[in-house]
Amino acid sequence: MTWIGRSLPRLEDPSLLKGHGTYVADHADGALHVAFARSPLAAGEILGIELPEIAPGGGQVFTAADLHGVGVIRPVLNRPDYRAVGQPALAAGRVVFPGQAVAVAVARTAAEAEDLAEQVFIDIEPQDPILTFDAALAEGARAVHPEAPENVLVEGNLKTKGFDEAVAQAAVVIELDLRSRRQSAVPMETRGGVASYDRATGRVTLVASVQMPHMLRTGLADVVGMAESDLRVIAPDVGGGFGQKMSLFPEYVVLVWLARKLRTKVAWIEDRRENFLASAHSRDQAFFVRGAFSAEGRLLALDANLKSNVGAFSCYPVTCGVEPLMAFGELPGPYVVPEYRGRSRGVTTNTCMMAPYRGVARPMLTFTMERLMEKAAKALGLDAVEIRRRNLITSFPHRSPTGVVYDEGSYLQAMEAAVAHVDVPAFRARQARARTEGRYLGLGVSVFSERTGYGTPVYAQRGMGIVPGYESVDLAMDPSGNVEVRIGSSPHGQGLKTALAQLVADEIGVVPDRVRVIAGDTDATPYGWGTFASRSMVIAGGATKFAAEAAADKLKAIAAKMMEVEVGAVVLDEGYARVPGTNKATPIPDLARAAHHQSQRFGLEAGIRTSGFYDPGGTFSNACHICEVEVDIETGGVKILRFVVVEDAGVLINPMIVDGQIAGGVAQGIGNALYEELIYDEDGNLLTTSLADYLPPTALEVPDLEILHMETISPESVTKAKGVGEGGTIGAPAAVLNAVADALAPFGVEIDEMPATPQKIRLAIRNMAIRNTRAPADV
Amino acid sequence: MSDKIKITLTVNGTAMTAEVEPRRSLADMLRDDLRLTGTHLGCEHGVCGACTVLVDGKPVRSCLMFGVQANGASVRTVEGLADGDRLHPLQQAFWENHGLQCGFCTPGFLMLAAGALEENPDMTDEEIRDVLSSNLCRCTGYQNIVKAVRLAAEVMKAGPAPQATRS
Ligand code: FES
Ligand code: FES
Repeated sequence: MTWIGRSLPRLEDPSLLKGHGTYVADHADGALHVAFARSPLAAGEILGIELPEIAPGGGQVFTAADLHGVGVIRPVLNRPDYRAVGQPALAAGRVVFPGQAVAVAVARTAAEAEDLAEQVFIDIEPQDPILTFDAALAEGARAVHPEAPENVLVEGNLKTKGFDEAVAQAAVVIELDLRSRRQSAVPMETRGGVASYDRATGRVTLVASVQMPHMLRTGLADVVGMAESDLRVIAPDVGGGFGQKMSLFPEYVVLVWLARKLRTKVAWIEDRRENFLASAHSRDQAFFVRGAFSAEGRLLALDANLKSNVGAFSCYPVTCGVEPLMAFGELPGPYVVPEYRGRSRGVTTNTCMMAPYRGVARPMLTFTMERLMEKAAKALGLDAVEIRRRNLITSFPHRSPTGVVYDEGSYLQAMEAAVAHVDVPAFRARQARARTEGRYLGLGVSVFSERTGYGTPVYAQRGMGIVPGYESVDLAMDPSGNVEVRIGSSPHGQGLKTALAQLVADEIGVVPDRVRVIAGDTDATPYGWGTFASRSMVIAGGATKFAAEAAADKLKAIAAKMMEVEVGAVVLDEGYARVPGTNKATPIPDLARAAHHQSQRFGLEAGIRTSGFYDPGGTFSNACHICEVEVDIETGGVKILRFVVVEDAGVLINPMIVDGQIAGGVAQGIGNALYEELIYDEDGNLLTTSLADYLPPTALEVPDLEILHMETISPESVTKAKGVGEGGTIGAPAAVLNAVADALAPFGVEIDEMPATPQKIRLAIRNMAIRNTRAPADV
Repeated sequence: MSDKIKITLTVNGTAMTAEVEPRRSLADMLRDDLRLTGTHLGCEHGVCGACTVLVDGKPVRSCLMFGVQANGASVRTVEGLADGDRLHPLQQAFWENHGLQCGFCTPGFLMLAAGALEENPDMTDEEIRDVLSSNLCRCTGYQNIVKAVRLAAEVMKAGPAPQATRS
């Protein structure tokens, strides 16, 4: 019996379904509550902080002046172009973004703490806020940070040798000026932490809604100035993260400091407004790109000037390089780009810090490459699918001009399968008919690569001071035959525990129910990097497989002694060690019992404890998305009629979980493409601080997907699985926006921005109608 | 500000009295005073629906209602949905159809669907989708939630005897 490949219902679910999940707020029992007083202004000098008068027993308020010995958060990137800026736990001297924490109130209840925080008066001499690329990069612009006089925190530059020549030979050069507006990951559970001081040991335990507990512990210990062993970090059930919960945030520094200072338990549960204001943003990017094509439609060279608004600080540990450098390094996507010139800048502004959000730069770069293909096809009179055929990577391994090595993928095959599944000619007929009725349908294609499961080599190449990537796993079978797997990775909704249990079950011959995966507790798991960058199934999975193989070897050795056969004759299957061809069989729990209690018989170390370590180079998943939309030209509203995904993620350990990742990712991609936008006004006030202003899609905006799978096996993944956590979000915006552009082709409307909200679509149609007398006169 | 008001109500079938601060929301009262932490708070401004509970059989956003307003009412939360270890057909269907990932929105969706199906067991697929669009989920993309509710509706109509749970 094999468990890999089965859509096993998740082992995580029964407790969550019964309401017995324990998220961070469920750990706050008996804690004092914490609320932050935050800067109402985007930028300025703090002239003074007036604290409220507090009756005895009415709580306490602290400011930066109280935080003796506490350092700043200053992640490192070893690049000459990187300007390190430090982020204080509480603002000292000046504020640099609206919502920056300035003081902290502690009281018996959350409501009382909020009351106190509200009474803190922060006297600020305002400065003109720098909010946009233009303001930040203007001649003589004020420096947001003295360390970065040009307002650029990181910059990548590259020009390949043959670039100029390739451009000179081009039959056509296509220009794109694209924009992705600022967006938020919006996990349904906000951030939060509960820090408690243990009087017996002097240790602090921080329970927090985070994705990287081990890294957080390291960072916190460094900034607070305490021994790492005096701190335990627990990520309990986490209500979604999508990258937003990776970083070390100042609030956690303050919580740990408070727990030590007050020798008590303190809790901070962020509200939704704070989450929008002061957690992390992303996607605020402007790409100016030129593609030089031959007459046959082959891309000869790519010229890119990329800007990312990284906000006021650099996120720890991955730094503000994460968006600009990934944009720069991975722009070619699934296409062959012989020559490349790229410049990519991370620009600092008086806005909330940028941090990773599902897809990181790739939603925008996929949008860019896919618009490029569409526009080039149009300019050269080629079919838009045909031009992709001529440019997709088809031989492997492939090396991009930026040095990225692609392992085996199925870029072309996935696109062909998707195109065949959709039946494009039938759609074109439907589209033509609809147009005669004044209805505007569109079809959009998006082909992309998703770099997943990469280990230290990739991060080291980026110059990161802290190089993440590997995973370790400790496995033990107890005397009753149950398995415990302790992982450094830290899942938060992905179903990783179930998928790993399936892997272990196949190696050891027990049912997944007998495999308990322990994660998210620095006291109980080996040092590891947590869950992000579509890495856990590949890397923690690989390490788990190694650990399980070693355990299986030991079980077989014991079984061989007990049954008096050669080790090679033993197989583990369905709860037994068997010798095929004989009737010899020993229940696995008997082996486990013997390993612990009869160890003298085997000449082996007692017990069954193994470990696994994996640090791979990375493997690319790939997919093609095709989306069909109808655009209401009166309202600018877009209805998605159909969405097809052909995904190649190698071997699927649990297909149901994989499809769930794709569906959830696509839903976010649809939101990113059409609705979601964080908006600052000119004074730097964030206007979108509720879920009534910032609009994640609901069940009415997201259609049921049609998902097909392909299976390209890569030697770069020992489990043969590739990561799949981000692909949906990477590919969907380009498919949706290409479809919108196709629907609006009769109006000559260009889609050059995401999200394409109804207002923007309506405005574009009206502007074109005014400019172009041949368009329908009444729009 | 903290003078408490005494109310009586039924929670998951148990009659009880509670002393509540007037400014406490029903959600906070359930979570902090009654320790029923299955009801979650995703926004506290009435949009996400993570806090949905049934008050006198109707789905209600418990972040938008004061605890004292539940005086005399019957409140049902996710903790009251299963019959001991026997999952409610909605819970069973969410489990079998992968209707949850992080699980944070799940109690709200379960209670929303339970209330809607009790009111109208014969909802069409469009009606189900329409009702479910009142709540937000950031993980699943909704299709498995919609499917689970559709399948649970059929099971509920066919009568009791939900399967035993595995855990
Ligand atoms: S918490 Fe009540 S609707 Fe969001
Ligand atoms: S399952 Fe995570 S928000 Fe719905």
